[in-house]
Amino acid sequence: MTTTTHSTSDAGGAATTPPTPPSTPPALGPVELARWAWRQLTSMRTALVLLFLLALAAIPGSIVPQENIASADVASFKAAHPTLTPIYDKLGLFSVFDSVWFSAIYLLLMISLVGCIVPRLRVYWRGMRARPPRTPRNLGRLPVSRSFTVDDEPSAVLERARAVLRRRRFRVEVNASEDGVCSVAAERGYLREAGNLLFHVSVLVVLVGFAIGQLFGYKGGVITVVGQGFSNSLSQYDEFSPGSLFQPSNLPPLSFTVNDFHVHYLTSGPQAGQPTDFSAELDYQSAPGQPVQKDRLTVNHPLQIDGSDVFLVGHGYAPRVTVRDGHGNIAYQGPVIFLPQDSSFESFGVIKVPDAAPQQLGFEGLFLPTYGFTMARGPFSRFPAALKPVMTLLAYHGNLGMNSGQPQSVYDLDKSQMKLYKLANGRPDRLDMAVGQTKQLPGGGSIRFDGVDSWVKLQISNAPGKGVALVGVLLGILGLLGSLFVRPRRTWVRVRREDGRTLVEVAGLDRSAGGDLEGEVDELCRAVEDAAPART
Amino acid sequence: MTPAFFGSFSNHAIAFASVVYALALLAHVAEWAMSRKVPLRAVSQAQRAVEQPAAQPVPVGSGAPADPGAAPVVPLEEPDTDDREFSIDRFGRIGVALTVVACLVHLSAVVTRGLASDPARVPWGNMYEFTMAGTFGVTVMYLLLLRRYQLRWMGLLVTAFEVVVLMCAVLFLYEPAGPLVPALHSYWLMIHVTAAILASGAFAVGALASALYLIKDRAERRGTVRSSGYLARLPETSILDRAAYRVHAFAFPIWTFAALVAGPIWAEYAWGSYWNWDPKEVWAFITWVVYAAYLHARATAGWKGRTAAIIALIGFATLLFNFVGINYFFGAGSMHSYAGG
Repeated sequence: MTTTTHSTSDAGGAATTPPTPPSTPPALGPVELARWAWRQLTSMRTALVLLFLLALAAIPGSIVPQENIASADVASFKAAHPTLTPIYDKLGLFSVFDSVWFSAIYLLLMISLVGCIVPRLRVYWRGMRARPPRTPRNLGRLPVSRSFTVDDEPSAVLERARAVLRRRRFRVEVNASEDGVCSVAAERGYLREAGNLLFHVSVLVVLVGFAIGQLFGYKGGVITVVGQGFSNSLSQYDEFSPGSLFQPSNLPPLSFTVNDFHVHYLTSGPQAGQPTDFSAELDYQSAPGQPVQKDRLTVNHPLQIDGSDVFLVGHGYAPRVTVRDGHGNIAYQGPVIFLPQDSSFESFGVIKVPDAAPQQLGFEGLFLPTYGFTMARGPFSRFPAALKPVMTLLAYHGNLGMNSGQPQSVYDLDKSQMKLYKLANGRPDRLDMAVGQTKQLPGGGSIRFDGVDSWVKLQISNAPGKGVALVGVLLGILGLLGSLFVRPRRTWVRVRREDGRTLVEVAGLDRSAGGDLEGEVDELCRAVEDAAPART
Repeated sequence: MTPAFFGSFSNHAIAFASVVYALALLAHVAEWAMSRKVPLRAVSQAQRAVEQPAAQPVPVGSGAPADPGAAPVVPLEEPDTDDREFSIDRFGRIGVALTVVACLVHLSAVVTRGLASDPARVPWGNMYEFTMAGTFGVTVMYLLLLRRYQLRWMGLLVTAFEVVVLMCAVLFLYEPAGPLVPALHSYWLMIHVTAAILASGAFAVGALASALYLIKDRAERRGTVRSSGYLARLPETSILDRAAYRVHAFAFPIWTFAALVAGPIWAEYAWGSYWNWDPKEVWAFITWVVYAAYLHARATAGWKGRTAAIIALIGFATLLFNFVGINYFFGAGSMHSYAGG
């Protein structure tokens, strides 16, 4: 498709349409209409317009946050733009790549593609078995031509030409003699169109592979505190996006425990604080009852179990706390996941203590792995490693609202029925704690900062069809190379007896631009001439 | 030799390379300035086709006399003009020679940049380094294709491009050398980014050819091409168009490999999903689609020529936007964000 036209309708469409008659044109029958529509759809012009539409349609997908890629960004976008949101929602701008109009464009493009390649496959099938075209009468009129005389017999010269052309991978046809004139017609470069067709077919293959992944694959994320385990079932995931035809029973029954997590940071230089590597140690089982295996999970090195891949995609801190309620009983003890806010791993989190009595307790605040303080910034984290960890929390008491039946985010405190503990001067009572410190709550009870655990975010996904897509795209490149760089070329050699010597005419014709046709014709001349120097 | 030594070597080398590019630019400016006053007799394609190639005078181009499309112009026979032709040609050759020198210095800057971090790594971990490597790709592509496609008329623009972009890189994008973030610890960084750099370099060369094609085509249609000067000495529009096509045809499969093979494979390892509709991926896809449209348009009646050249420039614009725009406008939203700060 890159150098030949998409379909014949281009040439015919505009050029050969007769001038419109003054009266109303005859109505098209349904068959003609369908044929007309099909020809319009499969014309190169339409394909080009569709390609541009595809490019244009993809742009909003890079500007507006996308539901299945960054749902958190979508939520904050929706909160920030209350008027735009309903319009965007209607237009499907939050999931461009699943939207009706985006699908319509690429489906039309695919139909256009099929409509283009099927007829061309037929043409190519016929053309592939065709013999090289007959030798033109006047070789001198071709773009490149030479003539010279040799002493050898015409048949010997012709045989030499045939052999040379065969060696140069031409398809060769020796034309029978007419009054002593014999010729060789040769053609090569049939693979250009083959490459062209292969490329376009492989676009379809890639699309099929991609579609299989979208339909039957899944991708889930889970945050696991080091020391804890995970078993592969839907309820365990923090986020899960299945393909439209995915069945939860397809989840492989794997399970694992995160034993350890290491991260190293640059401690000096201009990029201090940048991580240099991280890794998590896993014990995993591909199914219950299977032997426990160990793996070290690092970035760029996923763990593959049963066709599913486990990736290390993030990490953070989970401070361990002990909360005692107004009666002095331990109401909560253990790690709480805090989410990093920036590269210094200043992390935000919420501790909910529904078991506290007489009132439920809630905490909200920051975890600072390496505590720093300035009057201007307030408390902040100087460095991402947990060198001097401090929690700085606000404490609330009242009703957490967890019994209302509404699902709640574990990272969000519903403060509608909670009261902030304040100091006597009315300022919030900020609890700053280093590891091992305990803070008493004004209304009874206490919170103790016991230590720091790490958590890792693991992504578990399976994208069937990725092999199909990969093969498709590799075939596509192969086809592309063929269609761009194979040069179809025709050459002819004609010999005739003249004045006791043999007159040899050689000519060539390139069917694509830019090849070194002269060079090849000259070399052919030299080879045919052999050692007989009688060139004119 | 310590990483710090290599780092400072790289910084000096890039400054030195910029200076040599500037000198090459001056040589090309001199070449074209001198040619302003030297009138030329344009030889039409038809005339030349009749002539035997061996009988053709040696063209102004960089010394491959066999190609009939090499030079659209033939110097007048007067001895004075011949002298001027000779010095014009000499300045052109000096320009190319200086570009080769600059390219070598540029290479040394790229290599030492890689050695400047501990452990040594590929020198394209951030915006500054990618700019440095990308501009190197442009020069390499220009020099590689110079002979084959007779591109010396492009020297002025390529060297100007190098000087301006390297200056911007040093002024606005500079970051001290340092280790890579863990996500980049992969040999796919090498494969993916090398292919992206090569393709971008070739697309840049192709965009220059397409732009010159449009300029000359416009001047020809308005009848404002004079008998001397830059436009007159540019190859004929058909040759410009063909050079642009060949460079794009060379770049397109490489881009396909970089964006649609190496990228997804690495993404599969790094992010667990081979295609994430990340802004960078979306724009790489847009670039691919636009260049695919260019290759198709060139073969379609009513689209070939000007429209196709405009499409090629749009393609290059999307490529640039992907490089600059994504990092600065969508920095936080893109997993490919490697802009400073």
